[in-house]
Amino acid sequence: MHHLEIKNLSSSYGSKKVLKGVTLSVDKGEVLSLIGPSGSGKSTLLRTLIGLTPPIAGQVFIAGQPIDYNNKKNLKSLRNHMAIVFQQYNLFQNMNVMRNVTISPIKIKKQSSEEAGKQAKLLLEKVGMADKYDAYPEDLSGGQQQRVAIARALATKPEILLLDEITSALDPEWVNEVLDTIRVLTNEGITMIIVSHEMAFVREVSTRVAMMDDGQIIENGAPQQIFDSPIENRTKEFVSKILTH
Amino acid sequence: MFERLLEEAPEFFNYHNMIFILEAMGRTLSMTVIGCSVGLVCGLLIAVLRQSNSRTLIPIKFIAITYVEIFRRIPFLVILFIVLFVIEPLMPGTSLLGIATVAVCLLSTAFLSEIIRAGLESVPPQQIEGAKTLNFSFLQTIMLVMLPQAWKVILPPAAAFIVMFIKDTALASQLGVIELTFVGKMLVNRGFSPMLGFGAVLICYFILSYPLSRFSEYLGKRLASS
Amino acid sequence: MDYTFQFSEVLEDLPYLLGGAVVTLQIAFIAFWGGAIIGIFGAIAKVYGRESVRRITSAYVIFFTNTPALVQIFLLYYALPDAGILLPPMTAVLIGLVLNSGAYLTEILKAGVISVRRSEMEAATALGMSGLQILRFVMLPHIAKTIYAPLSNFFIWLVLGSSLAALFGVEELTGRAINISTTSFRSIETFTVVAGIYVILTIIASTSLALVGRWAFRVKAKIF
Repeated sequence: MHHLEIKNLSSSYGSKKVLKGVTLSVDKGEVLSLIGPSGSGKSTLLRTLIGLTPPIAGQVFIAGQPIDYNNKKNLKSLRNHMAIVFQQYNLFQNMNVMRNVTISPIKIKKQSSEEAGKQAKLLLEKVGMADKYDAYPEDLSGGQQQRVAIARALATKPEILLLDEITSALDPEWVNEVLDTIRVLTNEGITMIIVSHEMAFVREVSTRVAMMDDGQIIENGAPQQIFDSPIENRTKEFVSKILTH
Repeated sequence: MFERLLEEAPEFFNYHNMIFILEAMGRTLSMTVIGCSVGLVCGLLIAVLRQSNSRTLIPIKFIAITYVEIFRRIPFLVILFIVLFVIEPLMPGTSLLGIATVAVCLLSTAFLSEIIRAGLESVPPQQIEGAKTLNFSFLQTIMLVMLPQAWKVILPPAAAFIVMFIKDTALASQLGVIELTFVGKMLVNRGFSPMLGFGAVLICYFILSYPLSRFSEYLGKRLASS
Repeated sequence: MDYTFQFSEVLEDLPYLLGGAVVTLQIAFIAFWGGAIIGIFGAIAKVYGRESVRRITSAYVIFFTNTPALVQIFLLYYALPDAGILLPPMTAVLIGLVLNSGAYLTEILKAGVISVRRSEMEAATALGMSGLQILRFVMLPHIAKTIYAPLSNFFIWLVLGSSLAALFGVEELTGRAINISTTSFRSIETFTVVAGIYVILTIIASTSLALVGRWAFRVKAKIF
């Protein structure tokens, strides 16, 4: 049984139809990367999965269970199993690093503050931000903020982690430290869906790569296949454009 | 004109009159402070209500929005009269000060709710989405994320509004409230020169308003830079 | 409470009240443009004037923006007769409102003038534009765009603020409401209708101003 199964998913952003029948499946522990031109719907797919943009057609299954995006309880339970990291403005600006990472476990999962604190320290060490636990987001660089954002997402112990272009808004000097953090995570067995423009990185860490254009999945396969010997024309076009630099 | 002023000055600035004026200043301030405090609380409730997407709250939301859009567009003087004509038959014996304060509450709620709403909407949507995806409830999102960030945008215009209201309370004098302007009129009616009477009142308003307005400007600058 | 609301009587007075609305608009108009003239001079004085000129202008602005308009007009109306100047109520109100508006408008216009000085002046000078050209093509359009919204809001504020003229016997909208309510027993209905007229008046005014702003100045403002 697939960990995550998406069948014919469509959704709109405002009045525009962005996702036009996406079908995709992801197995447990897989790292699936989504690539494609801007506006192809990659971010919208992640937003729809986590329930920020309601789907207008299609179905999503997690471990065989269908998700009803119109049911509040369902959504809450979904978000206990799935977490997302955005491109920017992730961290709560009015809280320091420690508070950002512990607030969800304490307030939502009702953990004690000691437990949450211990867990937070471990996670912050893992992302390399243990020494900044009382800093505020405004004192941190973009890369540092994103690493804390990853720790915060991991604090909810998700089974599926969605990463939406998390290095795209960073100055080049901070991109690598964030990619290094993700690289470590890909070896830990969390199911991940990554939207990224960092092609070399995508090629290196993904178990599968899916190419999206105009709201649909064009091609879906192993990284070597997509990058070295793409089948579809649109994939060929896109890959050649981005790789000849 | 000025000779009269100098003649009357010593009699004007006697103990009784000074106490009178000070009490009146107190009433001016209390109308403003009480009225605007209620306005802040009710304005906050309305602003938070307007953020919610709950279906069941839609009728109350509609009433709140109508209230704000209407009371923002009526002169304070007219609101004073309406409150007077409504409360007098219903609760005779209510003090004029109370009636005026109710009018201040009604108007300040409308304006402050808009200021607070603008503050809440200034919080980047990603902050709210972040809270959502972490399973924060509506109230948790407002209390833990939105308000702590919005208050910096809310405070300067709110402070400016309150300072402005100190001057608007002058209209309550026409209702008979014994506040600062009323006292000025009374003293002039007693025979003091208008220059002296109203001049002193103007200075009192200035004393109340200027320091607070400078302070709110300073607040604005401090919060803008942080 | 056995009080039945009778709006029909008030409807008879509607033409009278609407006449008052016209007076209200006239007062707001005169106060606005009179104040604008003062404001232009004041803004220029504050930005380009000598130290002494700036100080006097600041004193004027600080005095009129930190004291109530009502008391300013009381002073004009009741104190000037001592000096031999007897002002009819409407005139006193208008002079008071013009002086008051002038102070606020000085600040609004000053902000507009300042908003240009920094960025575009250097670019325009570097492009070799003459002073007059800079004024016409760079400064004025930019200033117009910046100040349009605050000026519109101020005008609306004046429409509502003109109601204090009623306290001097001027027969604008609120004044006429007071007149009616002293002779009839329908005070609540009268003032409710008058409140409604103010709401409609300000909505029409702000919508029209927003539309003109979009069309003439490309200022994006909310239509409602």
